[in-house]
Amino acid sequence: MDPRRFCVKCVLTLAALLVLVWASFSYLAIDLSPLLTVASVREMADYVLRFFPPDFTPVFLRKTVVATAETVAISAIGTLLAVAFGLLLALPAAGRFGGPARTGSRMLLNFLRSVPELVWAALMVIFAGLGPFAGTLALALHTTGVLGRLFGEALENAPPQPTLSLVESGAGAGMAFLYGTLPSTVPQLIAYSLYRWEMNVRMAAILGFVGAGGLGQLLYYEFSLLHERQACTVILAMLIVVIMIDAFSARARRTLAVAAA
Amino acid sequence: MPPAPSEATAEVLRDPAALRRVLWALAVMAALWPLLRLAEFRPASLFSRENLRVSMNFMASFLPPRVDADFLGLAGRATVETLAMASAGIALAIMVAAPLAFMITQSLSVSRIGPSRSRARAQGVRHGIRVLVVSLRGIPELVWALVLVRVFGLGPASAVVALGLTYGGMLAKVYAEILESSDTRPARALQEAGSGRVTALVYGLLPGAAQELVSYTMYRWECAVRASVVMGFVGAGGLGQLMDQSMKMLNGGEVSTVLVVFLALVLASEAISGGLRRMLA
Repeated sequence: MDPRRFCVKCVLTLAALLVLVWASFSYLAIDLSPLLTVASVREMADYVLRFFPPDFTPVFLRKTVVATAETVAISAIGTLLAVAFGLLLALPAAGRFGGPARTGSRMLLNFLRSVPELVWAALMVIFAGLGPFAGTLALALHTTGVLGRLFGEALENAPPQPTLSLVESGAGAGMAFLYGTLPSTVPQLIAYSLYRWEMNVRMAAILGFVGAGGLGQLLYYEFSLLHERQACTVILAMLIVVIMIDAFSARARRTLAVAAA
Repeated sequence: MPPAPSEATAEVLRDPAALRRVLWALAVMAALWPLLRLAEFRPASLFSRENLRVSMNFMASFLPPRVDADFLGLAGRATVETLAMASAGIALAIMVAAPLAFMITQSLSVSRIGPSRSRARAQGVRHGIRVLVVSLRGIPELVWALVLVRVFGLGPASAVVALGLTYGGMLAKVYAEILESSDTRPARALQEAGSGRVTALVYGLLPGAAQELVSYTMYRWECAVRASVVMGFVGAGGLGQLMDQSMKMLNGGEVSTVLVVFLALVLASEAISGGLRRMLA
């Protein structure tokens, strides 16, 4: 007799998951024949070949570089706005202004976070018109939700002793916060912000699909005109930007971590 | 003789880091100007006459939300389609990621146990697969979806394959990291005793790492639900396509209904994912 207990729950869960997966595939009735028959594989190969060689003419390269700069600008300004508003909303979210303010601000932050950036971008295009401004606003709104929550948790977990000792020595609440709580939490806040900026560059590149400027708008435009070679150049630019920002951000976070330690 | 009281307080209040911080702030502001120009940052344009007219009309149409039976039925079907897309996509991603992670994880590397003739070749293959995984992850799933809509036509197939590829790459990287960071001694012991790599994986690494692997996969499923909605905006079906159509017609009532349904879906998937993860803990 096997002394180990047989995990009935695990087996049932696994069975339920497999049923879910099978049901999903059959509900969607996905026709994967383009991947399977020889004729369609050949068609797909022809289609992929239309993407190469990428268009490296100076005119188009200049357009791509401008779009890349626009994308980086969208992500930078959006993240900066989100840091400012996130910090502002993190104060009530950390409970500094009482219970109801805490619940209210947390609900607002959750709402801002739950709506995906692309949906925000589509909404902002209606409010602010086509172009990078809509993308900046969309990133700012979504990232405020994310950073506000992270900042709020960091502020809540900050050690209270410095602030308390400042308050007991007669400092005002504002000064006590600036010189007591902030210095111990700032390295973490900066690390979160840099991480979000890295992710926002990826996001800014695709927000353009709904008209919010940058590389995404260029890609969507070229793709709709069936200019696959130009589209390939833009995709390469996206990859390069992401890789460079990853490296830059990793180095920046390492230097900050060393400085803070 | 002690300094006069006013001098003493002046000395105490001088912030030694003040000058450096002011200079940094000025440098950041100088770099900010071209960025603001590139991003066409004009908050005042939000309140210009035409923009305000369009925005006010749109916001006014948000209420009342459209709750007639036809539209709710449409939204319900779209929700089911989104869930199906996410689940099928994650299943495909697991099928892609499992062999890739198996190949790149160092814990199962035979050549690390002792000197081996094929070490360079094994490292080369491993490195090549790592590059493949990075490129799968690097291209956003929305870009894949846009390209695949041309191949598969409008509908969920492109989203499922896009999810399978991108999330396959992400899962492969994280699975490999989890397998490498768990306790590798049982697997090494098995390999040194002569077992094959699959046996070492199943009996050595999986029992310890299974919980973390499943937990991360559930978290990715939750992300996949959101990503499926986003991919609907390029024609991949589900709630996203419904929201895109409603927004293009500036029909605020439908948009608010779909938004509410979407938020409910996100909450529900977070609850399911959290519940399953707690159950396995």
